[in-house]
Amino acid sequence: MSDLIAARSLFGTSLAFHIVFAAIGVAMPLFMVLAEWRFRRTGDPVHLELAHRWSKGTAILFAVGAVSGTVISFELGLLWPRFMVFAGPLIGMPFSLEGFAFFAEAIFLGIYLYGWERVGPRFHLASGGLVALSGAVSAFFVTLANAWMNQPAGFALVQGKAEQVAPWRAMFPPGWAHEVIHVLLSCYAATGFAVAAIHAFYLRGAPRSAFHRAALGITLGVGGAAALLQPLSGDYSARAIALSEPWKLAAAEAHFETGRDVPLRLGGLPDVETRTTRFALEIPYGLSLLAFHDPHAVVQGLDAFPRDAWPNPLLVHLAFDAMAGIGLLLALVALAGALLALRERAVPTHRRYLAAVVIAGPLGFVAMEAGWLVTEWGRQPYVIHGVMRTAEAVTPVGNLSLPLAAFVLLYLVLAFTVGVLLRRQIAHAGDAARPVTEGGR
Amino acid sequence: MTLVDLLGGVILVALMAYALLAGADFGAGIWDLFASGPRKEGQRQLIEHAIGPIWEANHVWLILVVVVLFTGFPAAFSAISVTLFAPLVLLLIGIVLRGAAFTFRAYDERGDLVQRRWGALFSAASVLAPFLLGLLVGALASGRLRVNPAGLPRSSALDAFTPFTFATGLLACAVFAFLAATYLTVEAEGELREDFRRRALIAGVAVFATAALALFLSSDEAPRVFSGLTQHGLSIVLHLATAAAALGAFAALLRRRPRLARACAAGQVVLIVLGWAASQYPYLVVPDVTLASAASPLKTQVALLIALAIGAATLFPSLYLLFRVFKGERPLALSDKEPPRRG
Repeated sequence: MSDLIAARSLFGTSLAFHIVFAAIGVAMPLFMVLAEWRFRRTGDPVHLELAHRWSKGTAILFAVGAVSGTVISFELGLLWPRFMVFAGPLIGMPFSLEGFAFFAEAIFLGIYLYGWERVGPRFHLASGGLVALSGAVSAFFVTLANAWMNQPAGFALVQGKAEQVAPWRAMFPPGWAHEVIHVLLSCYAATGFAVAAIHAFYLRGAPRSAFHRAALGITLGVGGAAALLQPLSGDYSARAIALSEPWKLAAAEAHFETGRDVPLRLGGLPDVETRTTRFALEIPYGLSLLAFHDPHAVVQGLDAFPRDAWPNPLLVHLAFDAMAGIGLLLALVALAGALLALRERAVPTHRRYLAAVVIAGPLGFVAMEAGWLVTEWGRQPYVIHGVMRTAEAVTPVGNLSLPLAAFVLLYLVLAFTVGVLLRRQIAHAGDAARPVTEGGR
Repeated sequence: MTLVDLLGGVILVALMAYALLAGADFGAGIWDLFASGPRKEGQRQLIEHAIGPIWEANHVWLILVVVVLFTGFPAAFSAISVTLFAPLVLLLIGIVLRGAAFTFRAYDERGDLVQRRWGALFSAASVLAPFLLGLLVGALASGRLRVNPAGLPRSSALDAFTPFTFATGLLACAVFAFLAATYLTVEAEGELREDFRRRALIAGVAVFATAALALFLSSDEAPRVFSGLTQHGLSIVLHLATAAAALGAFAALLRRRPRLARACAAGQVVLIVLGWAASQYPYLVVPDVTLASAASPLKTQVALLIALAIGAATLFPSLYLLFRVFKGERPLALSDKEPPRRG
């Protein structure tokens, strides 16, 4: 294995692992604080129990997110030192502000988790609110750094070096808004559906459980709303990318030849040799409509760009279709849930609907990983688009397959353990209407 | 004083905070490993109780160091990452295992074999991580890590592992164990307090021993550190102050004044970090990378300082709140005459 491939595999594995926990760290505190808020308003002990259970799950998942995020902050230098020499002064702003958001998250999560008996109810609820807020702020800042890699800004390139550095302009590169919105919505949608699926699974066995109904109400409420908004955000992103990163859109849509009246290709296998896509389902005018809201619009294909600057359309296209397909499916499940809930004025608990939620559960995270792959693979062969190739950024340190193997093993062990621990947590949850004593000063 | 020095100062302060806070959490893990005697379980419970709410916040200081380093001194971040690749990877594995194992143990509901194994992993990783941190610091100061102007390493991957860096690794373990034991002496009550008071005294002796070993080895292996530690006028003052803090901590421990001992121990650690920084100033990686040579453009330095000021304005009140909630009404008090702690 070449060191470049090993470095990309290690960084990719680390991020793929971290993204799941980071997203949960954004959304889960919101669910937990909403449950506590319901309890404070209604005095319903079921919501208190829910807040307790969810906060324990959050504690486990947040800890894994924190340590896996630490690995990534070091790996930036360990694997991509030349990238960091160039980019550090430019993307350091969002990263340092993210550091403080992370501080706030860790501090108030500590107060929230261990402070049930030590601080007053309002302070406790407010701490939870701050955890949820700072989680979202962290995701916001980190996504800004990724947006900069896609569309670098805030400097002039002089003989391979960044001159006239403008860090605040680099912090908000073109395209930051659509990427940030898409990422934040995906955190709430993916986590919401995943947690809803667990509770839907138990509801199938115990349809009257107030605990699982309450849980489903909050997770599907937030996650479903995000899933319904996500196609709109996706449309905004697609139109923005059609103008600003046309190579990425071309690869994602398996679109080789620049032209007008471009069809939308669903599925299929793009072949860079023949510049065709086999087995795709074509929807006439689809891509022109999606990208420019005009059936006859000209859409740039990969042929508009030098061959050695193409991303791999096979990977990008398949990842894109997985993301968009699942996104639409989740939006449909959310819509059906909303209609059922409106009709019955209650959390929907039809067996078939619950089955649909259980199936949709893990898919949100699949879509999230796929979407991240679209933006990363779609930027290749560059690490900083148009400025630095990934191959130029890699560390001169050799034998990278060794740390790769070590970290893959570590992540497998962690994932397995987290699974076992959460199972144990969930197995105890909501099975008893045991008396709950409320602590306070 | 230039902006570059100011940014270097921020890194130094963040490192001190990391040593004082996260260092003590690592040290507590070391005492978890060496829990013994009739109150073994009591010791472990106190440790878990003491670090549970705060360890994640304490850990973030390291992230802050990394972020300020790669924003303010990108060339140094790159040079350190390249030359210290192997120990950094090991450190990361230690950090991941420590954090994950602690949380898994704290949140697992049955007190069975599995949970004890998490405990063992937590304490083993709590020795590995600070040892590697000390080793990294020793390697940075040693002058053996060489990089050329393009940031390529000119030294071998094994140059970080020498008797001197092993000694600094052991020193870090001893210092963190000493800090943790003095902190825990404040937080414990009754016989547990005596347990940790004794441990603090033992660890204090280990700090002296490992520091002497590191100093002895530095004359040969890290001459710049040795001369920095022994010849500059300022560093002599620093040494005297460090020695005074150490003696103060011992005296306070012997006279059963835990809060005073904690303050002296913390002062001692701050002075040790300061002494290291002074001995290698203005180098980030001795002898090829300085603060000035690695610094990012001026505009980034200014922007970073603004971001740090904004961040600090949110951070310090929050931190104070955290410690007030979990470490009593007077989290920073020196005096041992106090009203009884809340239950």
